[in-house]
Amino acid sequence: MNKFETVEAVAVPLEMPNIDTDQIIPARFLWRARSEGYGQLLFNDVREAGGFILDRPEYKGAEVIVADKNFGCGSSREHAVWALSDAGLKVVIAPSFGDIFFNNSFKNGFLPIVLPEQRCNELRAALARNPGAKVVVDLENQTVTGPIGVNDGYGQDSFDIDPFRKELLLQGVDDITFTLSQGEAITAFESRYLAETPWI
Amino acid sequence: MKTLFDKIWDRHTILVRPDGATLLHVGRHLIHDGSRAGFRALAAKGLPLRSPERTFGTPDHYVSTASHDVNAIPEPQRREMVTAMTENQKQHGFTMFGLGDKRQGIVHVIGPEQGITQPGLLMVCGDSHTATHGALGALAFGIGASEVSHVLATQTLWQSRKPKSMRITVDGTLPPGVTPKDVIIAIIARIGAAGGTGHVIEYAGEVFRAMSMEGRLTVCNMSIEAGARAGMVAPDETTYAYLQGRPYTPSGADWPKALDYWRKLPSDPGAIFDVEHRLNGAEMAPMATWGTSPEHAAPVTGHIPDPARAATAEQRGAYERALAYMDLKPGMRIDEIPIDRVFIGSCTNSRIEDLREAAAVAKGRTAKVPTMVVAGSGLVKLQAESEGLHTIFKQAGFDWREPGCSMCVGMNGDLVGAGEHCASTSNRNFVGRQGRGARTHLVSPAMAAAAAVTGHITDVRRLMAGEAA
Repeated sequence: MNKFETVEAVAVPLEMPNIDTDQIIPARFLWRARSEGYGQLLFNDVREAGGFILDRPEYKGAEVIVADKNFGCGSSREHAVWALSDAGLKVVIAPSFGDIFFNNSFKNGFLPIVLPEQRCNELRAALARNPGAKVVVDLENQTVTGPIGVNDGYGQDSFDIDPFRKELLLQGVDDITFTLSQGEAITAFESRYLAETPWI
Repeated sequence: MKTLFDKIWDRHTILVRPDGATLLHVGRHLIHDGSRAGFRALAAKGLPLRSPERTFGTPDHYVSTASHDVNAIPEPQRREMVTAMTENQKQHGFTMFGLGDKRQGIVHVIGPEQGITQPGLLMVCGDSHTATHGALGALAFGIGASEVSHVLATQTLWQSRKPKSMRITVDGTLPPGVTPKDVIIAIIARIGAAGGTGHVIEYAGEVFRAMSMEGRLTVCNMSIEAGARAGMVAPDETTYAYLQGRPYTPSGADWPKALDYWRKLPSDPGAIFDVEHRLNGAEMAPMATWGTSPEHAAPVTGHIPDPARAATAEQRGAYERALAYMDLKPGMRIDEIPIDRVFIGSCTNSRIEDLREAAAVAKGRTAKVPTMVVAGSGLVKLQAESEGLHTIFKQAGFDWREPGCSMCVGMNGDLVGAGEHCASTSNRNFVGRQGRGARTHLVSPAMAAAAAVTGHITDVRRLMAGEAA
């Protein structure tokens, strides 16, 4: 996993609420090997229908999606994060997320940011008025700034992130190593737990 | 004063970091043929499976329901998902109910069936419908592949923050023809597909107290469709009666000890929930979805809403897109929606009571459209056959198949064709969920059978009253 560094990149507004992980990556692709890459399959069926915003030339190279509520709801498939990440995306900003998608993101060096609904709406509107405009996502300082370079809707928001997750993202490490270092606490817990409920 | 959720969370907390991140112990880890990525990550790190005795699995997502011969799976990569599970079992020694074992089935059906699922346990599985197990008073939720590998390696899971609590109380008595599936669809229609995001739901009230274990499993199963992390029902006599004597249930001297522990689990009187919702069960009707989100649902007596009258511009856009995909018109009666195909099965509705409910409607009638019935496990299938349900289905022209996730999930060959409307007892009506271009209408098993014998969404209460299909 790479260290998460400040992103300054084109941001794409996605207007639909409840974008589920079946749309992000359809089920029939899930048995492919991880090494084959999922980027070209991101939103496969929506894109094949034509006219999808991510395929418009002004959004080429986008690394940020600004979405509506409940992004990534539905199936637990981590492939949804792989598809976004393999396609070069690094951040999704939305008023709310599917819980499992949200958790999966951090495990892949991918940053989901919750901002208030009103602010997400404003940001999407500003990005729609200025296609191809960039935003800056600074994890260290926990800020989203943008759209930059256009005199329209410029602003800065602070976002919350759990400190442990921030630390792991900035260091580019997963949590298994840290957990394994807590082996004594886990073993002690299990002894106590089994003494109380031996049938488990 | 603690909630059921608080009690299980606290009991499974190993440590809390100063920043609030909590390490939880996993009592039971369920796995399936889609869990391969987790084992690959384990292998990549050169780590062993920490607790094979707490790990239980069965192949379900990728298996064929036409035949349980693994060679019946035509695509080599798909076949490999199933065979890899057998190889992982040989290497790591977890408990597995494989193809050819009558205990094989959908992982969320066999957990309770085998007594692996128990009150007060913390359970996880690399599948979003893990909340199903909350029906027995466990705290159970879905995780992704990376978290699966973390659990395999450590038997623990990090949670950055504790979810909030929500109580949904449904009092009253359900009218005839209204099933647990209708209750949960009505709840989602009320609170929305994101209504439970970040919360653990406890279902409370007269309706759930009176509900069978099978019904509670259906309700908790769809908690994720309301965005919730988990759904739970407090254990009670129904729970204990269901569990007693199952293969992995505590027995002998452990049984009274377990009962003693379980009886202390229900939320304390006066425990505070972050959010409360109340619905009246007596006012509920059989439900069907008309759109592409589980919240796009209406009583069978209702109509498809007019996007022009939607509460917000955002909702109007969502309704318009959904109706365009579904090829349905605003104002249309729900019971005039044409149906081309019917699926009865999935972790939501493939248990014995579901099959009885569908058979009661199918009996003496004939399918007008292709209809598939997929029992949730080999044991459910055997039970149904011992009751003669398969004969009723076959005489009605329904296809009686081998257990698996089947047409719910669109990854094992059981697919709805592009443009077809499918009345389905599964849990998601997302765009393309049951196959590319498929149009899903979520209904109860009784409503699915009614749609099968009439060729359109039909108020099952009419058929129950003896009306000809």
